[in-house]
Amino acid sequence: MIKLSNFVGKGAVAMVMTALLAAAGGAHAQQSMDDPARAGYYAALKDKRVVFVPVFMGLDLTEGWSKMMKKQADALGYKYEVRNSNFNTAAGAQTLTSLITEKPDVIVVQNPDVQSYAKLLAKAEAAGIHVIQLNMKTNLLTTGFVGADVVAIGETQARAAVEKCGPGTSGKVLILAGPPTSPFSAYMLKGYENVFSKTPAIKVVSQQSTGDYESSKAKSITQVVLQQHPDLCATLGVWDNADVGTAAAIKEAGKSDKVFVSTSGGGGELACKGIRDGMWQHYVSYDVPGQARDLNALISAALQDKEKVGTSKTILYTPLVVYNKANLKDQFCWTLDTIR
Amino acid sequence: MAAVTSRMAPAGAAEARPQGWLHGVRFDQQLIVFLLFVAIFAAFSIFLSGFFSVGNLLTLMRTVSVLGILGLGMAVVVIGRGIDLSMIALLAVPTALVLTLASRGYGVGLSLAGGFGLAIAIGVLNGVLVAYAEIPSLFTTLAVGIGLAGIGQSGLFDYEIVPWPAALDPIGWIGRGSLLGVPYSVLAFVGAAICIGIFMRRTRPGTFIYATGDNPSAARLTGIPVRPVVILQYVIAAVVSVFAGLVMAASASNMDTRIFNLTWIYDVILVVVLGGIGLSGGRGGALNVVVGTLLIGTIVNGMTIMDVSYQAQNLIKGVVLLFAISLDSFINPRNEETAQQGDI
Repeated sequence: MIKLSNFVGKGAVAMVMTALLAAAGGAHAQQSMDDPARAGYYAALKDKRVVFVPVFMGLDLTEGWSKMMKKQADALGYKYEVRNSNFNTAAGAQTLTSLITEKPDVIVVQNPDVQSYAKLLAKAEAAGIHVIQLNMKTNLLTTGFVGADVVAIGETQARAAVEKCGPGTSGKVLILAGPPTSPFSAYMLKGYENVFSKTPAIKVVSQQSTGDYESSKAKSITQVVLQQHPDLCATLGVWDNADVGTAAAIKEAGKSDKVFVSTSGGGGELACKGIRDGMWQHYVSYDVPGQARDLNALISAALQDKEKVGTSKTILYTPLVVYNKANLKDQFCWTLDTIR
Repeated sequence: MAAVTSRMAPAGAAEARPQGWLHGVRFDQQLIVFLLFVAIFAAFSIFLSGFFSVGNLLTLMRTVSVLGILGLGMAVVVIGRGIDLSMIALLAVPTALVLTLASRGYGVGLSLAGGFGLAIAIGVLNGVLVAYAEIPSLFTTLAVGIGLAGIGQSGLFDYEIVPWPAALDPIGWIGRGSLLGVPYSVLAFVGAAICIGIFMRRTRPGTFIYATGDNPSAARLTGIPVRPVVILQYVIAAVVSVFAGLVMAASASNMDTRIFNLTWIYDVILVVVLGGIGLSGGRGGALNVVVGTLLIGTIVNGMTIMDVSYQAQNLIKGVVLLFAISLDSFINPRNEETAQQGDI
């Protein structure tokens, strides 16, 4: 016969053991451990100095990038400042020269063209300053480059135009380029060329420069071309701010639903407004928030880098996002207040 | 001051006064430019298909109507023996202010008052510095223009390209749409030309401006209030600039305040000088500006139709304008009366 007392005895022992183990185990579960990488990380970044030298501020692109860089700087405890050259290449060159003597840790530079700053950037890296080029690069590759693959933007836009302007339409396309000396614009044109050279159905009836991305020029050129070619099928523009003028011209001619407008830019509120209001139907965004995140990553890497400046060179081409009416509601139409 | 052709042409120069049915016709710069315009216009009409059509001609006018309005404002100052290099800043910043105020909910009237108020204040500043401090107008307006552009760029606006707010749509017609087929921006130019023309030729202040420009000392001796007249010139230029800015902003649906960095002001001076308004002051009128504007408009429009590249367009523009001014120097050699003098 199984004695009840056996069970009671064993049960009691079991309960006591369990209780003891639980107490011991509980004590172990509450013991914490520090993440060993943290201290070194924050110490490495503290009190470093990052300087941004843009071509100009006051534009959604540059203000957006700057705000994101400032956020990371504040969060990680390093100093961040902006030295605006305001469209003046000579002033920008002077700024870079004085920065080489001041020796910040990282210079983030937006180049006005492929050559002006090239020698200065080489000097800066030789002096031990990491240089990250943003959005527009020189011929010289430095520690890092973050920007869009502009030829790919051109090809994406051109392919959309080919789709829209197939047989059955006039196939006529107007191209509105940027400043003639701008490599950004030139790469875009190459992208168009890559696609259009293989599609004989497309006729580029006019390729004009909008000066310095002036929307009034874009408007007057579009007006003249629409006058000459009322059956125009598509316009391809290099930048959204200039294409506001293109859209205005098309709207005034009453052809908003007949001409396919494709443009590109940072993907913020103007981009979304344009699609909503029917200013353009196709928008290639190089995603300023994403670009800023890439930029911050390269800055952080540069600040932690213990090797000699120039040993590693990284190019980060931003993944492009196409906005159109169908997918607009899923896009992040960032503003300066909501950018993250 | 009518252009009097010199009878003392230097030996060897071409005969300055053709006889016969052309006798009495003064081949001044305005006429030369007008003939050049007719020649180029005819050439384009014949050789360029699509140029000579009502639609294209209206588009031509539309492209240069803002430039023409600015030219009218500049003409008033130049006739008064001054120059106003701050006109592009006055076009951009007060207009952007109007757009910004309207987008913040201040209503059409208040926004316009704000913009025009700023412009008039800057115009008065220009005038006072030129008339009372006697700083040459070239330097004054250059500095004031840079200063005003700096104010605009230093954070007065969120972005440097200010979008046209829906709140201002009641006055948006000034740059968009058309009346009986003629675009409103063209009508704005024509209206401004008529107003400035009547003001300069038929009103007392206008005549005073001519007198001040031709000979300020004599004007003062005869009792004309020279200094207030100078201030008036710059205020008119400022108001005309804002008007042009509103036409441009309505047309393009945004105001790009970066345009101050570009070379527009030279185009405006070109339109004025090309049309025959000498920089030494006292001669010319609204018609000169219209002629200069037509010439530039024709050239630019023709080149756009021909799909000429940007660099080539600038080159051709420069060559044509140099040719027009050289032709005038050849046919109307300078003498004591017509010689340029002053700060420019």
